[in-house]
Amino acid sequence: MSSTDTPIAEIPGDTLRERIVADLRTKIGADLVDSLVKPGDDVWVRVSTEAWRRTGVALREMGFEYFCFLSAIDWMPSPFGKGEDDPTAPPVERDDTVKQGYAGGETRMQVLARLVHPTLHVGINIKCDVSDSEPVVESWVSVFAGANWHEREAHEMFGIGFAGHPDLRNMYLPGEFEGHPLRKDFPLLARLVKPWPGIVDVEPMPGGSADEEGDAE
Amino acid sequence: MTSTESLIDRRQLAYIASQAADARLNIELETEGMTLNIGPQHPATHGTLRIIAHLDGEQVVWAEPSCGYMHRGYEKLTEVRTYPQVTSLVNRIDWLGSFANEVPFILAAEKLMGIEAPPRAQWIRTILFELSRIANVSLFLGDLGVQLGAITPVFMAFRDREHVLNLIEATTGGRFHPNFDRIGGLKDDLPAGFIDETRAVMKTLRNFCTEIEDLLFGNEIFQSRTRGIGVIPKDIAMQYGLSGANARASGIDWDLRRDQSLPMAWDKVDWKVWTHPDGDSFARCWIRLQEVRESTRIVDQLLDNIPTGPIMAKVPRIIKVPEGEAWVSTENPLGEMGYYVVSKGDLGPFRTKIRSASFNNISIVPWILKGVYVPDIITILASLYFILGDIDR
Repeated sequence: MSSTDTPIAEIPGDTLRERIVADLRTKIGADLVDSLVKPGDDVWVRVSTEAWRRTGVALREMGFEYFCFLSAIDWMPSPFGKGEDDPTAPPVERDDTVKQGYAGGETRMQVLARLVHPTLHVGINIKCDVSDSEPVVESWVSVFAGANWHEREAHEMFGIGFAGHPDLRNMYLPGEFEGHPLRKDFPLLARLVKPWPGIVDVEPMPGGSADEEGDAE
Repeated sequence: MTSTESLIDRRQLAYIASQAADARLNIELETEGMTLNIGPQHPATHGTLRIIAHLDGEQVVWAEPSCGYMHRGYEKLTEVRTYPQVTSLVNRIDWLGSFANEVPFILAAEKLMGIEAPPRAQWIRTILFELSRIANVSLFLGDLGVQLGAITPVFMAFRDREHVLNLIEATTGGRFHPNFDRIGGLKDDLPAGFIDETRAVMKTLRNFCTEIEDLLFGNEIFQSRTRGIGVIPKDIAMQYGLSGANARASGIDWDLRRDQSLPMAWDKVDWKVWTHPDGDSFARCWIRLQEVRESTRIVDQLLDNIPTGPIMAKVPRIIKVPEGEAWVSTENPLGEMGYYVVSKGDLGPFRTKIRSASFNNISIVPWILKGVYVPDIITILASLYFILGDIDR
C-alpha cells in the first residue's frame, strides 16, 4: 500500500509528440502514411493497412503499453441526415462526398485505435484505411489481449474483419442479426418512422447570452 | 513491509498449489464438466450480465461473459442528436455517477469549439464530479458486503449515500440523471446553504468510511475471501486497458485527474493517488475505500475557495461545433471514461466513440476466471466493479 505525492505530472509537450512520430517513422518507415500533431492537444498517425499489426508491435516496444480502445469510423455522410425529415416528403438531396478527418485517408472506412504511454502520460491515435471491397485488417489480439472485445464490437457494428482474431462472434447483437448498425447507410428505423422533433429545440441559456449573441440560424 | 509481502506471497502460492492439487484429483477421478449460467438476472451482477462458466467440480475451466442484454446503441443515437442533447443520453451510461459521464463529452465539445468554462463553473463541475464519485463508490462499498455475505454494510451505504444524492438533487434537480453540464459552463449556480450542508455530509461520509473499514476490511472472513483472490499482474492490466481503481490496485500509478491538464479544479487542491502492489480483490476494494476518502478531502478543499463570477461562458444560442476530432477522457468512478468526438461542423456529432471503463475492465474476466473456484467468481466480479450500462452502452 502506498500513495504518491508526486506533483501534477509534466504536461506532454508538442516536441515530445513530434519525437514520437519521428521514432515511429524510423520503426515502420514508409508505412507511416500521414501524421498530424495538433499543438497542445493530441497526435494522430495514419499507417498503411498492411502495417496495422506491425504498428501495434512497434508502439508497444516504444512504451505505449496501455491499450485504450479500438473502433472504426465510417466517413460516408449519412443518407438519412439527422432523421429530422418528414417521411412523407420527397427525399432530400444530400452531399455524399466522403471526406476523412485528421491524418487523411482514401477509403470510406477507417480503423481507429488509441494507445497510451503510462509513464510519459501521452496518448497516440492510430488510424488505418480499410478497403471497401475487402474490409479486413490484421488483428491486434496477439499484441494487446484487450483488443479482443473491441475488435468483436467493431466487427459487428461496422462489418470489418480482423484476420487472426480467435473468435469474431457478435458482442451485443443476436447472432442472426443482419447489417452493421454503426455504418452510416444503416437506417435508424425509429427516426424514419417518426422524425425527431427535438433537433430545433434549444433551451435559453442562463446569463442572458441568448439575447446579445444572436441566433446563428 | 517485507514480512507482509512474503505473507501475501505464501498465501498466493498456497492458493495456486491447492488449485493444482484439485486439478490432479479431478483428472484421477475423471470428473465430468458442467456448464453453469450465472445471470442474466443474478444479485451479483448489478444488472443483466450473463456469465457462462464451464466447471470441473468446483473449479472454472473457462468462463465467458455474454453482454448485450442492455445495449441501447448510444453511439448511433448521438449521430441524430444535437450536442446539448447528447448529455441526457450519456447520463445513462454509468447511472450511479451520472454527472461524471457528462463532463468528458462537454469538455470534448468545448475543446473543438475552443472555449473554456469560467473558473466558477470549473470549480462546481469538479465538486459535482467528486460527489458523483462518492455516491457511486460508497454504494460499491456497501454492495461488496452483500455479495460476500454481510448484510449490514449495504444499509449503511444507502443511509449515507442518501445525503450525497440530496446534495446533487438540491443543485441539479435530479437525483440520478442531473443533465446539468452545458457547453461553456453549467445550467445553474449552487443553491443557498450548499457549502455548509456539503461540509456536514463530507464529515458523515468520512465516518462511513471508517465504519466500513472497521466492519468489513478488518473482518477476517472478508480478508480470507478477498486476499490473494483474482490477482491481476501489472502487464496484464495494461494490455486489457484496465483503468481506475482496478489499475491502481495492480500497482499502476495512473490517475487522469493528476496526469493530464484539463480545465477542471483538481490541480488546485492537495490530494493523493493511492496505489497497491498486490493486484488482488482486497487491493481493489481497499483502493476504492481510500478514493472515497480522498474525494471528501477534495470537495472540502474546493468548498473553501470557490471563485466568484459567471457560471457560463459566452456561447451562441445554437451551438455548432467546428470541424475536427477530439479525444477527452476523465477519471470517472469506474475508471477511464472517454469520448472520441468527430465533428463535421454540424449541430450534432458526426461520430462519437464512447470508451467506457467497465467494458475494458470486464474484458479481463475470461482470463481472470480461469481456474478459480465458484464462490470466488462472485468475489472477483464484485471487486472488479462494473455497471451494466457502462459495459453495454
